[in-house]
Formats: sequence, structure tokens, C-alpha cells
Amino acid sequence: MTRFVVGRLLLFVGGLAVASVLIFATLRLLPGDVAQAIAGTTGSPEQVAALRQQLGLDRPVVVQYLDWAGGLVRLDLGESLVTGTPVIDEVLDKLAVTLPLAALSLVFGLLIGIPLGVTSALRRGRASGVVLGTGAQLLAAVPVVWAGMLLIGVFAVTLRLLPTQGFPADGWSEPGRALRSLVLPALTIGIVEGAVLLRFTRSAALGALDQDYVRTAAANGMTRSRALVKHGLPNVMLSVVSILGLQVAGLIVSAVVIEQLFTLPGLGRMLVTDVGRRDLTKVQGELMTLTTLVLFIGLVIDLVHRRLDPRLREGDR
Amino acid sequence: MRRGAFVRELLRRPQGAFGVGWLTLIVLSALVSRVWTPLDPFDTDPYSAWLTPSFGHPFGTDSVGRDIFSYVFAATGTTVVVAVASGVVATVVGVGLAALGSLTARWVRESVAVLIDVLVAFPTLLIAMALAAAFGGSLTVVVVAVGVGYGVTIARVSRSEIRQVARTDYVLAARANGLGTGAVLRRHVLPNIAPVVVVQLSLSMATSVLAEAGLSFLGYGAPADTASWGRLLSDLQKFIGVHPGSVVWPGLAITLTVLALNLLGDAVRDASDPRLRSRRRGRGTPGSPSTSGPSTAPPRATAPGAAGTPTTPGVVS
Repeated sequence: MTRFVVGRLLLFVGGLAVASVLIFATLRLLPGDVAQAIAGTTGSPEQVAALRQQLGLDRPVVVQYLDWAGGLVRLDLGESLVTGTPVIDEVLDKLAVTLPLAALSLVFGLLIGIPLGVTSALRRGRASGVVLGTGAQLLAAVPVVWAGMLLIGVFAVTLRLLPTQGFPADGWSEPGRALRSLVLPALTIGIVEGAVLLRFTRSAALGALDQDYVRTAAANGMTRSRALVKHGLPNVMLSVVSILGLQVAGLIVSAVVIEQLFTLPGLGRMLVTDVGRRDLTKVQGELMTLTTLVLFIGLVIDLVHRRLDPRLREGDR
Repeated sequence: MRRGAFVRELLRRPQGAFGVGWLTLIVLSALVSRVWTPLDPFDTDPYSAWLTPSFGHPFGTDSVGRDIFSYVFAATGTTVVVAVASGVVATVVGVGLAALGSLTARWVRESVAVLIDVLVAFPTLLIAMALAAAFGGSLTVVVVAVGVGYGVTIARVSRSEIRQVARTDYVLAARANGLGTGAVLRRHVLPNIAPVVVVQLSLSMATSVLAEAGLSFLGYGAPADTASWGRLLSDLQKFIGVHPGSVVWPGLAITLTVLALNLLGDAVRDASDPRLRSRRRGRGTPGSPSTSGPSTAPPRATAPGAAGTPTTPGVVS
């Protein structure tokens, strides 16, 4: 186990290092440079040069990178090029929307994907199973923005049930109101991700139904569904956990688009705005935060999976 | 298997028939739309804004009186170009990396393997946003982001395939006869991994259609003078409170195209799997579309990030 944990931690740290280099390098590929981008076409060469010095862009690229990466380790993401405020404060502020949104989406996704996936496996070959399977196949192809628009059309415009835009300005001071504004966006992401989970759960459950232990349990008088739930489900859940890391990564990416659609003041919306403003320190910080989040969740899920799976645990001894 | 037999096997499956049929329609539309569209997709007319669907405007018109059908029809061209370009780039990147990660000297191939493991966690959308921050949004950004982002997934999948082929006796024999790495790759490895790569190619194209839609929705994909389904969604979204029905068409076009690519991928995988083929013959009747059999790999087990997400991580949608 220790060996696995150390290896996995190294992969995580290596991933972060590679990510920081790639993000930094990509943004430095900018035609012209940051100073030119800020000064725009109206800036005189002297202004650009002064700006360059002020931002430290006259130093060698490696020094600039090390400076930035050193900041990352101390949780310092630098200052905004546009407003001059520390990036980390705003990032933490926005995470208060993005993290709950992602968590709620995951809950919806699991609630949709797992029970329906197991049901559709049990009903294989019957009409309801075919409908579930086909529906999931179709939903997995739906662009998440469009799913959001359709849900807005149904729940907000026609039924007038849930808010479609924005988030309370005072944040979580009224948790009920804040949560209410996250329901529809989270449901949107949850449905699309849930469809993928459904298909995966279905395959895993079909695999479990073919196993000897289910057949033996059935021969001993258990119904197939009871046998699956009692003996097969732990195995099914293990496979689901193993892909959860990818699911969560997909979910965070969906959140970027969905925050834009529902005008939620989260990290994704902030990223989209800052890319438009070309506020490169902020973009760098936001991309790094999102990537860290994806890599960290991947790490946690891999460790949990390893801990849960008795076969893998056995191999560790 | 001979090519004709493979195509017959592919078309016999409902998934394959739908995939091939819909994609043929899209490609034909893309070709025709270069020279003819029912109406000019960019022709605005304030007097005919928000017309309901009719014979003259099968999908109705938008806020500035553009004919939605002509626009959706013209946008097939953008979709095809982006999907094909992304697919080709992703395949070249993927197979190239996989070959480097399996047929080269030990230290090279192991470092490449670690690099693939690290890179596979990066969401395509974040790559795209980094590129958009540096270069501004464009379709090239979509192609490069999907090419690199999904290319790594292809690399991971094909690397294990190549390693299997590389261990076979006929490759050993070929090497013993003095065949170089390049020739082994061309003559023995590529033909053997082709089915797997074609499946991945199809899934990477699905990812790119979703990515293009998502990025164009965010304003960093297709430029204003290029018809694109994602752009249309973004234009119509502003009026969703008043005209929720209009967003149905571009969304449906994206969904069906992604579905067709996903299903084509499934069908290619099944049709090239001799075990599934022979069992099918043995049974004598074609199975129902959603039950491809328990022995089939769970969806996306080998394709993280496809469609929902792409899939993925990294699927923008």
C-alpha cells in the first residue's frame, strides 16, 4: 500500500509540475507579450517597456517561471494585471460557488446513474431496459449547454419553479436561497454525467450478472435482482468508483460552461471573463486551480479505490 | 477480414447503420452548403424576426430574422472541417506518442508512458482556454486542443495495444529477419491496431463536435462570420426566456451528430471483434440496438473523456 501511495503521490506532484510548465509556456506563446497586450495598440514603445519592467517581463523566462511556481507553493497566485488585486482571494471566493455546484452535480449524477444503470441491466432485453439504455446513449451525446437551455425552458420559463440566473449577492448567508439557485445548473450537469454513469453501471452490472456467485445465489432461491444487489453491487460500485475521477473532471469542465449559461459567479465564469480580458496572471492562476482540483480529486479517488478493493489490498500485504 | 465483409458487418448493426447514415447526410449537407443553401444564412431581416416554423422557414427565424434552417445547414461545413481536422491531429499525435512509448529504447518509452499518464488528466477545455487566452478564440484552437487533449487518450489506449502486438511471435520473427522499427510499425503494428484507432478516431470526432459547440458558446470558437451550431446556441440563448423553442434545432443537430459518431465507434468495435461476430452468426438474429452483450467493454472504459465528456475529462459541451 505504502509503495502505491508514494507512487501515486509522485504522479500527482509530477502532474502539477507538468501542468504549471504547460500553462506558463502556453500563455507565454502569446504573440507580442503581456505588456503589449495590456498597453494595446495605443501604447507607445516607452510605455510598453516601462510596463514590461514593472511586470518583471524583462527577466529571463526561467526566472519568471520559477518566481510564479514558487508563489504557487505558497498559495500566492500573483496579482491581476487589470485590477492589481491578489488573484488567490478572488479564486477562493469563486470556489465557494464552483465546489458546491460540482458536489451537487455529482450527487445528482450518482442518484440518476447508479439506480437506473442497475435497473436497466436487470431489465436487459425487456422494453424498459431498452428504453433506459437508448435514453442514456442519447443523453450522453447531448451538449451540456443545450441540456441546460432545455431545462431552463421547462422548469423556469414554463413551470416557473426554479431561478435560472445568478446567485445571491451575499453568497451563502442565506443557504436556502443559495442552494436553490444551484439546483437547476447542478441538475443539468447531473443528468448529462448521470447518463454516462448509467451506461457504465449498466455494463458493470451486466458483467456481475454473468458471474458464478449470482448464478449460485439464484440457484439457492434468491431472485436475480436480490442476488445482484446483495452480492454484485459491491463489485459494481468498485468499477464505478474507478471511473469517478474522470467523471468528476468532466463535471468540473461542464461547470465552466454551465456557470456561463446560468450566470453563476464561479471559477469557470471568472476564467471565461478573464480570457476575454486577457488578464494573463488571473488566467494562469485559474487554470492552475482547476487543474489542481482535477488532479487532486483523481488522486483521492484512486487512493479510495485502492483502499476499498479487497483484491488490491490483498496484493499489498 | 476483407474490407467489403467489414462494411457489411458494420451496416448490419443498427448502431452502424444509423452512424453511417447520419454522418453521410451531414457530409453531403456540408458539401452542398458550400454552393447552395435554401436562403442566405447570414441574411438579416428585422421584419421577419422570430417567425414560427413554416414551409419557407422549416425551423423558423431568429432575433434578427435569419433563417435558422439555412444557418444550421450551412454550419454542417464547420462541424465537418473541425471534426475531421481534430480527428486527424488527435490520431497522429496519439499513435505517434504511442509508438514512441512502446517501440523505442527503454528509458524513452518509460518516460513517454509517464508523460501520457500525466497528460491524460488534463481536460481538453482547459487546454482550449489556455490557447484562447494566448491567441484569441478560433476554430484552430478547438482543433489543437482536441488534437492534443484527445490525442493523449488515443496514445494511452493504443500504447497498450502496440505493446501486445510487439510481443507476438510474428513481430519477433520480423525483427529477427532484420526489419527496422519503422517497417515493423507500418507492416505489422498499424494494421493490427487499426480497429482500435478507428474507434478512438470516431470518439475524438464526437469530442471535437461537443468542444466546438461549447467553445463557440463561450465565444472562443467559431468567429462571427462562420456558421456554427454552438454559436447559434449562444445567439439564441439570450432570448431563451421568450423563445425557448428555437434552441431545439442546433442542439438536436449537435446531439444527433455526436450520437452518430459514438454509435459508429461502438459498431466498429463490435464489427471488428471476431468473438462478437461469430456469436452473432451463431444466434442468427441481429440483437437489439442497446444490448451489445455483456462481454463488451464498459462504455468509455478505454475512452476517458469522450463526449460527456466528455466525457471526459475535458469535454466541453
